[in-house]
Amino acid sequence: MTLLLDLALAAWLLALAMHIGRAGEDRNAIIAFIAFGLLLGLGWVRVSAPDVALTEVAIGGGGTGILLLRAEAHLRKRRVGLARPMSGAGKAVAALVCGAVTLGLAVAVLTLPNPAPSLAPASAAALEGTGLGNPVTAVLLAYRALDTVLEKVVVVLALIGVWSLAPDAFWGGAPALRSAMAPASLTYLARLLPPFGVVIGIYMFWAGADAPGGTFQAGMVLAAMWLLVILAGLRPEPETGRLALRLLLVGGPAIFLLIGFLGFAIAGGFLAYPEGAAKPLIIGMEAALAVSLAVTLALLVAGPARKAPGS
Amino acid sequence: MSLLANAFTLLCVALGAVFFLAGTLGLLRFPDALSRLHALSKADNLGLGLIVLGLLPQASSLAGALKLLCVWLLAQLSAAAVSQLIAGVIHRRGPGP
Repeated sequence: MTLLLDLALAAWLLALAMHIGRAGEDRNAIIAFIAFGLLLGLGWVRVSAPDVALTEVAIGGGGTGILLLRAEAHLRKRRVGLARPMSGAGKAVAALVCGAVTLGLAVAVLTLPNPAPSLAPASAAALEGTGLGNPVTAVLLAYRALDTVLEKVVVVLALIGVWSLAPDAFWGGAPALRSAMAPASLTYLARLLPPFGVVIGIYMFWAGADAPGGTFQAGMVLAAMWLLVILAGLRPEPETGRLALRLLLVGGPAIFLLIGFLGFAIAGGFLAYPEGAAKPLIIGMEAALAVSLAVTLALLVAGPARKAPGS
Repeated sequence: MSLLANAFTLLCVALGAVFFLAGTLGLLRFPDALSRLHALSKADNLGLGLIVLGLLPQASSLAGALKLLCVWLLAQLSAAAVSQLIAGVIHRRGPGP
């Protein structure tokens, strides 16, 4: 019975991917892509990876989806079409390359020795020293914390890239996100939903220490709530030049790096945590990172400044 | 007692699934956008409500049951708001295909 469901899920994913590739209009393809993210999340749940599933749904479906939709609306408004839709031959080559990569991966996975080489037992054995209950969080913030630092810095760099598209006159000003008049139902939703969303976001990061969840998912939920409030016109877009905003943006990675360098002094290495204090340090870092990520992701969606500062 | 609870769950979840099926059929077959929207929100509303109601006796704790109820309420809220938004756009543009 579950095999049947899994096969159906795989078939849906393939069919939806085909549909995205063949969709004539950009917006249809993007909406199908968002649905694809949700369905892919279900797939990750089926292979018992709820952390990846949450990230896929929040970032892959929701976050990337709204970024693409905004880009498409922007292009449509300026009547800038993509130069030309891809030709049939181009699509065939792309499909062939994708198929080859998939086949290669499948062969690689199927020829792994049995049992496959795994660091899982070592990771589980060291879990006690970190005080965490979720091995995924332990990998992200203790064993491979350096990767996570770089990941967060990359997101900030991406935002700097977006901001640099602002004209000189608007530098430090606010982005333009909301439409001229928000419908009443959107305003209603933006008044009712954020209290729940903020609680869910904080819960996701807090639960991430011992159960599936974490900073990226929590950050995206918090960002979504902020965006909802701005879109409904309840709060203005933030000025990108404000000091408080910039401090929030770099606060998470800065605290992460600070604790990393402190590790030299108190625990004998970069990003090493002193005995017994690992969990409070990790929770503190995660809180700062979740706030920074929420601000960064929301501003990525809001786009470059479109108004002169102070206006 | 557990037999009764299981029978209740089966009945409610099956009924909920029927609503989802009917909603999907409506979404695919109804002639204009507003009726399709109507079919979709009915499936969300009653289908999910019945499935949550059916799952309540299976919840392991009171907190779990409350979470299920919250899922339904949040889905209700978003479905209602999004239906209104889409209907508003259709209204402004005039009835399309």
